[in-house]
Amino acid sequence: MDSIDASIVNRLQEGLPVCARPFDEVAATLDLSLDELLSRLQRLLDDRVLSRFGPMFNAEKMGGALSLCAMQVPVERFDIVAAQVNAFPEVAHNYERDHLLNMWFVIATERPEQALAVIRDIEQLSGCRVYDMPKQEEFYIGLKLAV
Amino acid sequence: MVLSEQDRELIAAIQGGLPLVARPYAAIAARLGLHEDEVIVRLAALQQAGMIKRMGVVVKHRALGYNANAMVVWDIPDAEVAHIGALLAGETCITLCYQRPRRLPEWRYNLFCMIHGRERDSVLRRLEQIVALHGLEKFPHTVLFSGRSFKQRGAHYVETGKLTGSLHGSPSRKKAHG
Repeated sequence: MDSIDASIVNRLQEGLPVCARPFDEVAATLDLSLDELLSRLQRLLDDRVLSRFGPMFNAEKMGGALSLCAMQVPVERFDIVAAQVNAFPEVAHNYERDHLLNMWFVIATERPEQALAVIRDIEQLSGCRVYDMPKQEEFYIGLKLAV
Repeated sequence: MVLSEQDRELIAAIQGGLPLVARPYAAIAARLGLHEDEVIVRLAALQQAGMIKRMGVVVKHRALGYNANAMVVWDIPDAEVAHIGALLAGETCITLCYQRPRRLPEWRYNLFCMIHGRERDSVLRRLEQIVALHGLEKFPHTVLFSGRSFKQRGAHYVETGKLTGSLHGSPSRKKAHG
């Protein structure tokens, strides 16, 4: 990852225009050729610096549900429960965190009632209570992560 | 705005990522049997309606050396949470800021923000500066650093069908320490 890659990542965090040749505009602002921009983007994806390139959806506006959930998992069962939770396709990511509530994951579903079903299933499988904390308000973030 | 069947097919076709070609929307249109213009107009409408926030990138913080990923949680009186939330969101090192419900008695915190940094010490120093700058000492707060990351992928919003079947894949089981 060099300074050109960094400028590409920073520029694309602001978003890509929805027009016929969106990459040309970005390439021009970065003083790159279209081919160089696309091949660098492909490499950043292949190297897993970027996990995805595309639309950022607003789940709630689409009628879906997105919730942050936490569980208190006994340390000796942590890996087993992690595998159980991760096996659900509705679980978008999952982190271990240093707190009594030590497993934190995000559930994304197309309809709100599906989230409740997933939470019930996880509680039943794991024997741990799921603390469900859907967002009530999102505060606008101006600047993105500079790399 | 209600999603049509065509919108759902369009979302299914792009939720795994845009094709990296000069005319990505033409490539998607060809896959769906539509015209490029139809795809662009529809995506612009979805963006206008706020269903799509933007076309952008999902950065893997850890791959960029941002190994200290701190969730900072605060217990703020309900009447003040909008004000404090806006203050925190304005800080450049804070990448997400949400109000969430308390789960008493086990969980008292109602304001969540993320700070990404290269190492824990620098994240904690930044947090101290923010607390001092905005006079937040009186609000109980705590820092939850992340340990292992078990799964990291973009959320999928349209159920798996023939168009999206290959996109889900199997969950990754990375066990990076951070």
